[in-house]
Amino acid sequence: MMDTIIFVLAGAFATATPLLLAAIGEAVVEKTGVMNLSVEGMMAFAAAVAFAVTYQTGNIVLGFGLAVGASVALSLVFSVLVLAFSANQIVSGLAVGILGLGLSSLVGRNFENLTMMAPANLSPPVLSELPLVGLILFQQNAITYLAFAVAFLTWWFLARTRHGRITKVVGEDPAIAHNLGFAVIRIRLFAIIFGATMSGLGGAYASTILTPGWSDGLIAGRGWIAVALVVFGTWRPLRIAFGAYLFGALLLGDLAVQATGFSVPPQIMTSLPYVMTIVVLAAVSRNALLIRLNAPVSLGQNFRPSK
Amino acid sequence: MKTKVGESPPLLQLRNITKRYGTYVANDSVYLSLEQGQICAILGENGAGKSTLMKTIYGIQQPDEGEIVWNGEKVAVTSPSVARDLGIGMVFQHFSLFETISVVENISLTVPGSLPDLSEIISQKANEYGLHVNPDAPVHGLSVGERQRVEIIRCLMQDPKLLILDEPTSVLPPHSVQQLFGTLRKLSERGVAMLYISHKLEEIRDLCHCAVVLRQGRVTGTANPRQATSAELARLMIGQAIPTARHAEAKPSCEPALTVSDLSYDNPDPLGESLDSVSMVVRPGEIVGIAGVSGNGQSTLARLLSGEIRLQSDMASRIRVFDRSVGDTQPGMRRELGVTFVPEERLGRATVPAMSLADNVLLTAHRAGLVRKGLIRRRQQADFADSCISGMDVRSRGRQSIASSLSGGNLQKFVLGREILLEPRILIVSQPTWGIDVGAAAMVRQKLVDLRDTGTAILMISEELEEIFEISDRIHVMYHGRLSPSVQARSVTAEDVGRMMMGEFDQTMRAA
Repeated sequence: MMDTIIFVLAGAFATATPLLLAAIGEAVVEKTGVMNLSVEGMMAFAAAVAFAVTYQTGNIVLGFGLAVGASVALSLVFSVLVLAFSANQIVSGLAVGILGLGLSSLVGRNFENLTMMAPANLSPPVLSELPLVGLILFQQNAITYLAFAVAFLTWWFLARTRHGRITKVVGEDPAIAHNLGFAVIRIRLFAIIFGATMSGLGGAYASTILTPGWSDGLIAGRGWIAVALVVFGTWRPLRIAFGAYLFGALLLGDLAVQATGFSVPPQIMTSLPYVMTIVVLAAVSRNALLIRLNAPVSLGQNFRPSK
Repeated sequence: MKTKVGESPPLLQLRNITKRYGTYVANDSVYLSLEQGQICAILGENGAGKSTLMKTIYGIQQPDEGEIVWNGEKVAVTSPSVARDLGIGMVFQHFSLFETISVVENISLTVPGSLPDLSEIISQKANEYGLHVNPDAPVHGLSVGERQRVEIIRCLMQDPKLLILDEPTSVLPPHSVQQLFGTLRKLSERGVAMLYISHKLEEIRDLCHCAVVLRQGRVTGTANPRQATSAELARLMIGQAIPTARHAEAKPSCEPALTVSDLSYDNPDPLGESLDSVSMVVRPGEIVGIAGVSGNGQSTLARLLSGEIRLQSDMASRIRVFDRSVGDTQPGMRRELGVTFVPEERLGRATVPAMSLADNVLLTAHRAGLVRKGLIRRRQQADFADSCISGMDVRSRGRQSIASSLSGGNLQKFVLGREILLEPRILIVSQPTWGIDVGAAAMVRQKLVDLRDTGTAILMISEELEEIFEISDRIHVMYHGRLSPSVQARSVTAEDVGRMMMGEFDQTMRAA
């Protein structure tokens, strides 16, 4: 029983990592008023590229690098549509997302059902030998630590720095931001690229570290969960990190419950994360002021500066 | 141009500034010169190019031709941050504060420094100029007057040499206007020059040292506002004196047309406006004006009256049209009873931006015989649209013009004309002359008075105190979601109403 709990608590960090990375990226994008719904496609494309490159070269750093490059390249297509041509954000995001899924199938075609060794987790001396805490917290992959560090840094950036405030206000009212002299389009572009970088890291992590193998459809809705997590966390990074962890634990709960021998129908366990999302979203939206103060007002609206 | 030896050059000179949007010339070879400490009024009708010129000086947009000379040196103001570095500050008409962050956070966006340091400087400037604000207050909780103080403090913190003010008093109660003028005079004595856009000629005569008149993008004259009369300034601006509405004593009948009793509403949007037991009566043949600074519940009231927000059916009798309870009915049902509405947002609420004027007529006038058996009667539709356009002097390219192609003022005239032509028994109109220039505004007011004299009950919600006084028979004031008891327009002074606009009507009521 104890082993099962530790397995879930420790494993949740690993399953939460791709969700957290993608969600933090998307949160920053949405904070500037842009809704990028291509997260799933960016993650899938990055996952395929990361696996293919790492499998061929044995160099996981190169794999991650090219995966991020692939994800950013996709986001630039989105940026051109939305920022340069003022295309509808929802439609553009969906279209680029579908493109990403298609590219991931194309790249992954020759690697279908191949697997490889995952790199070893970090286990810092002393810390990792602590009872319980060591097992749960200090035997994780480097990317997992990075993900939670990014969540914390993003919180600090948005709440404590001038540039963070500028990022936020661009999403509240781009016209006023423009009148005050901020380059709205450039700020939105940076945010989109940051979001794509995070999605790319998340996708690469999923195919090379979390489940080091490739099969089509490997991302399996993680991108959409990330988009939901942003709302779940009311656009606040620390809440998003909590939500991602909770979600990761629920995803593992499936396996854990089977291991304990309880007979719960698997459909119920598999649907639990999604049911929880709906319940929590409903609960969170009860605090209207909180949402009003954190939700980007101009989300989904394009802005064209007058010249 | 060389300056004479020993004489310092003017602070700001504009030479030949020209700005085009496509074929439309917004500014046509504008010259202007401003000395230190000088307050110069920029006068002109809507669309005369005032705002365009100010945006050019502040670097929001670039001129197509001409140059800006600052302290004798030619400069390229390529962005607002360049303007701020030069020492140019701007107080925007519709404010440029973000609601979800605090006062000091807003100021930190454009003024360098840590938050605690900035808070201290804010308090210091606030004391120096009598502009009291709490640096840590979230902006969404501030009144318009307080927001404007924040805007001005933000400009002052950059130690400006030139301040641009775009209709700064249009949203202020009279008491705050005097306070603002005190601050501006103090700044002027310290050498800060100002460009002051306003429609209010009396204010300009009170405050400004010089006045420049723009018409159709060109400078057409200058005046000394201290010596010129308001009528002379108006003639420079629109080519004629401003007519005032002929306004005979109202003869209201006793049967109320519109009755609102104890109407309360909790707005689900936490930053929205709620209402607290509002009661009033409008009778046929009178104009009831609701004064007050916007944001005190007027837009919520207007939406409740129009049916855009519907009450629960047990509350339906809180709003009555003649003897019918309508609080829970749809807008169409209320219109069937002879109520028409002119909302303050012309695009999106009063008209469909992408549709032609002829089709926009159909939206509300389909009841007036323009539709038979579900089919549009094209002839009648065209006639209705044409009489609306000619009757209200709507400047457009005919009834096929797209609504969004009209200027705000012309669209407002069109919407008002459409609703007046329906011969309503009750007309509810919000901000009837917002954004309309003085000449057209006078015409609109006259139309409202004429409609009243035909026996229509009119409820007018307006921020313009002068307008309220000019044509209302009775006046209510809205403050923080509450409505004052009504006062007779002829027996009350602007100062009384100004006090009521600051919420001092409970005392007035008890004293009475």
